[in-house]
Amino acid sequence: MKRPPTIGSAVDRGLAPFRGRRAAHLLPKARFGGPIPWVIAVMVALTVLAAGGALALSNMVSSARGDLEGSATVQVIEPDADARQAKAAVVVDLLAQDPAVVGFRAVPESEVAELLEPWLGGGEGMEAVPLPALIDVELRDGTGTAELERIEAALQDAAPGSRIDSQAQFLAPVLSALRALQWMALAMIILLAFTGAAAVWLASRNVLGGNRDTIEIVHLLGGNDDQIARVFQRSILFDAIAGGLLGLVTGALAITLMARQFAALDSGMVAGGSLSALDWAILALVPLFAVGIAVYTARMTVIQSLRKML
Amino acid sequence: MSTHESDIVQFDNVGLRYGTEREVLSNISFTLFSGRFYFLTGESGAGKTSLLKLLYLAQRPSRGAIRMFGRDVITLPRDKLPAYRRRMGVVFQDFRLVDHLSAFDNIALPLRVSGVREADLRGPVEDMLEWVGLANRADARPATLSGGEQQRVAIARAVIGRPEVLVADEPTGNVDPDMALKLMRLFEALNRLGTTVVVATHDLQLLRKVPDSLIMRLSKGSLLDPTGALKYPPRRSGGGGA
Repeated sequence: MKRPPTIGSAVDRGLAPFRGRRAAHLLPKARFGGPIPWVIAVMVALTVLAAGGALALSNMVSSARGDLEGSATVQVIEPDADARQAKAAVVVDLLAQDPAVVGFRAVPESEVAELLEPWLGGGEGMEAVPLPALIDVELRDGTGTAELERIEAALQDAAPGSRIDSQAQFLAPVLSALRALQWMALAMIILLAFTGAAAVWLASRNVLGGNRDTIEIVHLLGGNDDQIARVFQRSILFDAIAGGLLGLVTGALAITLMARQFAALDSGMVAGGSLSALDWAILALVPLFAVGIAVYTARMTVIQSLRKML
Repeated sequence: MSTHESDIVQFDNVGLRYGTEREVLSNISFTLFSGRFYFLTGESGAGKTSLLKLLYLAQRPSRGAIRMFGRDVITLPRDKLPAYRRRMGVVFQDFRLVDHLSAFDNIALPLRVSGVREADLRGPVEDMLEWVGLANRADARPATLSGGEQQRVAIARAVIGRPEVLVADEPTGNVDPDMALKLMRLFEALNRLGTTVVVATHDLQLLRKVPDSLIMRLSKGSLLDPTGALKYPPRRSGGGGA
């Protein structure tokens, strides 16, 4: 047996941290061998879908609210056509003088008939149907319910049988339902984050269990908790990045396909729900959060397990 | 024993029990001096491995006091223990090599954990492989090495960081007599370089192969003092077994 080697200054402590590539090979390389990339891909895809849906709903609500805010419709309901026209003229005069009204347009009878055609049918006999006279009204910004009630009372006095309806009131239940859907999407995102963290926790424990001997050896050789946790963090990091990107692409593709389907509906309200560049940028952050959650969960799982050792 | 020797490990009235079982070690008191060679002997089940676990800080005792390198390690915060472990080398009874790492990487592990740069560790690891006669098996995985080769890798890993204390649990248990003798020569060489060596063995033949060694004998979890060479119990008059 030869004389032991002289290691000398080469074994000075603390020259290079035990992490990164230096530590990575402590765990057997098994990229995509475990469940983590796939679990994260599914979680990210679902989260991107939920977040995309929430953002689209938010845009839809904002767009609809913007379009309808300050709009109202006056209906003059009078079976007799001459009387109806006379009352409509009175209403127009009244609206022209009202300080809360910034503009109005009397909807031509032919346009009203066209609007109602899908329900009432067209052609002969339509003249006999007593259609109301409609006047679209643009209200001053900030016109509230009290102001609408005042206008309605004035209309009733001047032209009995007429009424004013805020367009926002028509859609209030729809907007409320959309807001409920938004909250549901948010709840889904939170649940998916928890589910993802739980899946990573289980997977980390599995990896830990499979590498317990290695961990104990490094621990007994003087490796500290942080060094050992970093080995697992690095392993999870690469798996999570791969899974996150896969999930983002899948989710984005699904959103794009759905957007095309909705665009085919040719509905003004649905068109207001399209995603902006900022929305896509927000969706692109989803995998980053997923990677962050996965790495943090893996670290805490390993640290907790190591604390059971001396 | 020369007068310049210093205490490196002190056990004082240490006891160890696992859970609610009876004590596997009772009233263990001894002092290890730096630069000496110790054998820990005793029949199977006497508590040798348990005592070594306390020594290499894998276990806290149930009672008593342990000082290492001048510090009470019982009350030492958990996060301070790795620094003390790095001052020791351990040869485990079952080698405990990392299966998916090559012989080179297994030996390099303590240096990497200690923060030695890759450029700085290659030379020492290659020297160590040559020293234990495994220069041509650097890339071999443990599963492809014989028992004796695995043992030598384990020893190389234990000594590469030049530990102040080397602890070896039955290091000759899996090798033939020739290899056992070679390993003892290796430990002696290290000892001459200043490392305190503690070798647990039930092979009494080994004791004769290191003439200047001191012997600690364990029996049923208690330490005996057969040679009187040890200052046992530490700094107390009267001596006697536990």
